[in-house]
Amino acid sequence: MSDTQTPEPKGAIARFLAASPDSVGKTIFIAVAVCLVASMIVSTAAVSLRPVQEANKLKDKQVNVLQVAGVYEPGIDVSEAFAAFEPHVLDLETGEFVDDRFDPETFDDLAAASDPELSVALDDDPAGIGRKAKYRVIYLLRDEGGALDKVILPLHGYGLWSTLYGFIALENNGNDIFGLQFYQHGETPGLGAEVDNPRWKALWNGKKLRDDTGELQITVSKTQPAAGPEFYVDALAGATLTTVGVDNLVKFWMGDAGYGPFLAKLQAGEI
Amino acid sequence: MAQTRKELLVDPLVDNNPITLQVLGICSALAVTSSLQVSMVMALAVIFVTAFSSMFISMLRNQIPGSIRIIVQMVIIASLVILVDQILKAYAFQISKTLSVFVGLIITNCIVMGRAEAFAMKNPPVASFIDGLGNGTGYGLILMLVGVIRELFGSGSLFGLTILQTVNNGGWYVPNGLLLLPPSAFFVIGLLIWAFRTWKPNQVEEREFKIQSVEAH
Repeated sequence: MSDTQTPEPKGAIARFLAASPDSVGKTIFIAVAVCLVASMIVSTAAVSLRPVQEANKLKDKQVNVLQVAGVYEPGIDVSEAFAAFEPHVLDLETGEFVDDRFDPETFDDLAAASDPELSVALDDDPAGIGRKAKYRVIYLLRDEGGALDKVILPLHGYGLWSTLYGFIALENNGNDIFGLQFYQHGETPGLGAEVDNPRWKALWNGKKLRDDTGELQITVSKTQPAAGPEFYVDALAGATLTTVGVDNLVKFWMGDAGYGPFLAKLQAGEI
Repeated sequence: MAQTRKELLVDPLVDNNPITLQVLGICSALAVTSSLQVSMVMALAVIFVTAFSSMFISMLRNQIPGSIRIIVQMVIIASLVILVDQILKAYAFQISKTLSVFVGLIITNCIVMGRAEAFAMKNPPVASFIDGLGNGTGYGLILMLVGVIRELFGSGSLFGLTILQTVNNGGWYVPNGLLLLPPSAFFVIGLLIWAFRTWKPNQVEEREFKIQSVEAH
């Protein structure tokens, strides 16, 4: 450390720099100074980059809504295309919109799931989500004439390693599936993460949720159930638990505890 | 430490590689190498962090009190890692989603701490910066090699571009699912270490003890 023996240093700063780094005063000073400088750099970066990050998150979600509705093409103006979608806050229990209580543009239904005022704890919890928000933000897509074309419903549930977050797009009859897509998950690459495989996602197109008696029949499994091929999506090869997770979460959200009341209204033509 | 700058940069690539010779930084090498693109971003992040943390620590080396030096190093490294994480979230959102927690875990990467403690605390800033650059690159090189093997044989693609058409997508190649799971990186890295040490026999470590033979001396 003291390879150069300088003569007595002049000035307060020079004396301080030359002082032994192991003195108590200097130890405290260095600790405080390093922390201050580092925290300033970190917070500057965090604050100045936040708008870009928020925009990325929002855009990512919008891209997923567009993709699940089948209107996404690379290079399109995402926010412009997304403007065609009509967001609504849905009361799951009554199946009615409560846009007057919450602003659909800003309501965060995933944050609401951990707010005791806005959510309920689940006893029967096949999707493994613990708490369910009473309200969710859904999107309606209308055709050029203003008639309802598709509804896009968010859903999530536990797979093998992680909670899968996604959207399901239904046709305007509230029973035919147009598509299913997950925008966030941490399943095994190559196995469970094949939920992102376009070929597997394409299997969902044209399937039906309920049979003629109104029984929820949609199933994701290895073998075709008795109900028939229109209610059946083939399992992911080598990803049994992710498959079970997807099966459970789709059944949960499409069932009475999920969007059941809303879908009943949709089928009755009340939306 | 009479190494030239070129030696500082080139040595850690093969002759003194942090992964294959020192066997450091294995944890993240297992986790992020299932696709090449992610490996590359991770490699760049580590190069950035090792180079700049070594430089800053070296600039402060004569002022850092011995009793809190590890914590001071950690604060500097952690700040740089958070910086990288924030930048990735802002400008490479898709990749940062895949890397998720592993960018944050660069803080615990032994290579960064190792270079800070072993080199930057004793050497001037420019040499430390180059040393960090070299070691980060040495780590990145192995990461990319493992990434190539795992992505090519595990998903039949490189950088997401299909090379071997997989059966799932209507092709002929049956991908090796094991290569997509973290344990496969152990095998690949083990084989790489073997290959390196066969190529450069002076990297072979001496045995710590020899089994005694029963013959009389």
